[in-house]
Order: sequence, then structure tokens, then C-alpha cells
Amino acid sequence: MGAKDNAVRKPREKRSWYQAAFALGINAWLPSWFKGEIFQGGVKGVCVPVLNCYSCPSAMGACPIGALQTSFAGLRFNLSIAEKKFGLYVAGFLGAVGSVVGRMPCGWVCPFGFIQELFHKIPTPKVRMPRFMSYFRYVVLATMVVALPLLIVDQFGFGQTWFCKWICPAGTLEAGIPLVILNTDLRPLIGFMYYWKIALLVLFIGWFILSRRPFCRAICPLGAIFGLFNKASLFRMAVDDEKCTLCDKCYKDCPVEIKIYESPNSPDCVRCLKCVSSCKFGAISYEFLGKREVAQDLRVKSPASS
Amino acid sequence: MKRKLPWVLLTVFLGVMVAGLLLGEYKTVLEKAVTVCLDCIGIG
Repeated sequence: MGAKDNAVRKPREKRSWYQAAFALGINAWLPSWFKGEIFQGGVKGVCVPVLNCYSCPSAMGACPIGALQTSFAGLRFNLSIAEKKFGLYVAGFLGAVGSVVGRMPCGWVCPFGFIQELFHKIPTPKVRMPRFMSYFRYVVLATMVVALPLLIVDQFGFGQTWFCKWICPAGTLEAGIPLVILNTDLRPLIGFMYYWKIALLVLFIGWFILSRRPFCRAICPLGAIFGLFNKASLFRMAVDDEKCTLCDKCYKDCPVEIKIYESPNSPDCVRCLKCVSSCKFGAISYEFLGKREVAQDLRVKSPASS
Repeated sequence: MKRKLPWVLLTVFLGVMVAGLLLGEYKTVLEKAVTVCLDCIGIG
């Protein structure tokens, strides 16, 4: 078995291509960029399994976190007029995706995760994010996405999309900045909220440069939801304790800084599979529908070459 | 050992999703998605 066989591309090397292709695929309606409008086709009611603002001019799908908040924000009004709209479609979609792959969309197809990884490549001193901060995303989910839209309502029973309004930097980057540049009608409406979100985006970008995927780990409510399924999904990570030498190569390479040998299906894991190809001992594997896989470069080695 | 929990969860959530679709929630999501979300862009 020669060098050609061992040159099989590792999953981690292909990952950025998947991330870029999916980012482009779900934001493929490029003519909207020339018109300063957003895509309005009938397919846009289909949720995408990632944080991607539906007000991005070329977005072709619906952001599930925006759609979920809208459902909660309108729930009390809908109940008051006996309208049966409970957000089941979005909740079911998120649960179904989570049941199959857990948090894998975060690692492979989320455009905002990809953006964070690109910013982190800027060469500067890096800072590890304290581990306790990863619990904060559950607070964001419980308050900004569920409780506040549901509980604080106007006289008609309508709530607000608190996470979109006050926090979401994906909305600012993918929609706020481009739409204000492209659409002159929106410019007179700029006020405090716009500057707040721009300032927050700048702070987030600084954090992206310094730490590995900090938004995904500390803030993202979608990651919080998918992460809850990591232990119960069809897709599973596994670590062979007999092969693992605790060398921490996987920890050093991990984009979300977890020690997978401590908890292979941790809610923090984005299942990018970088650790699978990092491990020189073949200790880390993944399993899907009864099929177990280790790193490609280990798999292609013949007994004669090892 | 074959794990049953993921299949149970998948079936339940697919059922929930289909129930939402039957209640016309796709249209609700679509209506929101095709309108410029002023909250999202910081103008709301």
C-alpha cells in the first residue's frame, strides 16, 4: 500500500468545503443582493438546521430560532382568538434533526460556526473560554427564546423576538449590515438598537478571534437545543478506553475545547469529527445506524504497512 | 444492543412536526420568513 492510498483526505480537511457549500446553498438567491430585498419564494418556510437569518437577502430557508421565538411571541394572541398555532412544526423539526445527528449541523453546516472558525484563524494570542460559560447558552435559550417572548406581551397578546432583537449577531452580520447598505429606505430608521447590535457584533468578532467558537459554546440557543440530543441521537461518538493514552491531541485540536475521552457524547460536542482523525491510536470512533468508523487514514493502512 | 430511544424520539418529533404542518404552521413560518425582520436587523 503506497503513499497514494494514505493520501485519502481526512474528514476534517473536507469539512470547510461542506461548511462553505452549505452556507452558499442556503443563501443561494443572489439576485436579491442587487435589489436590496430579501428572497420571498414559497420554499422559505422550510426550516434550516442552522442559525441563518431569514432576513439575509439571499436566504432561502427559515431560521428555526427566529421561527420558534415568533411562535412563542404569538402564542397568547393565537390562543385568545382560538387559533391553533403552537410552534409544533419548528419544535418537531428541531427534535427530529437532533434525534438523528444531535449537534452535528453545528460542526458541519452552520454558516455562523464557519464564520467563527475563519475569524479564529487570524493569528493572535488565543484565550481559552472558561468551561462554566457553556452553561450560559441554556440561560439564553430559556429566557430570550422561550420565557420573554411568551411572558412579556403587549395589550393584544403579542410578544417580541428577544434573542433576534437584542443579541443575534448572525442577524446583524447577514442581514442588518447588507440590507442597510443595499436599501436606502431603511437608513432613516436606524437608531439605538442598530448601533447596539453593531457594537455587540464587533465585540463578538473580537471574541471569535481570541477564542474557539465562543458564540456556539456560550450563547447559541440552537446549539443548546441540539446538544441536549447528543446522548440520545442515532449518531454516536465512542472512545475506546484501552486504546486512549490521554495524550490530549484531540483536546488540542477540538474547535470547542472538550476532552472527548471524558464524555464522548457531551452536549458541547459539535461532532466535527476532528478528534477522530487527530487520534493516532484509533481510540475515537463514531457510530451511525450500527456502522462504526475510525479515521480514514488509519482504516486504509494495510497490515504490511503498519 | 440496539438502542431504541433515538428511534422513539425521532418518531415522536416527526409526529409533532407533521401535526404542526397539518395545523398550517408552515404558512405562519413562511409569512414571517418572507418579511424583512426589523428586530433581526436592529431596526425594530
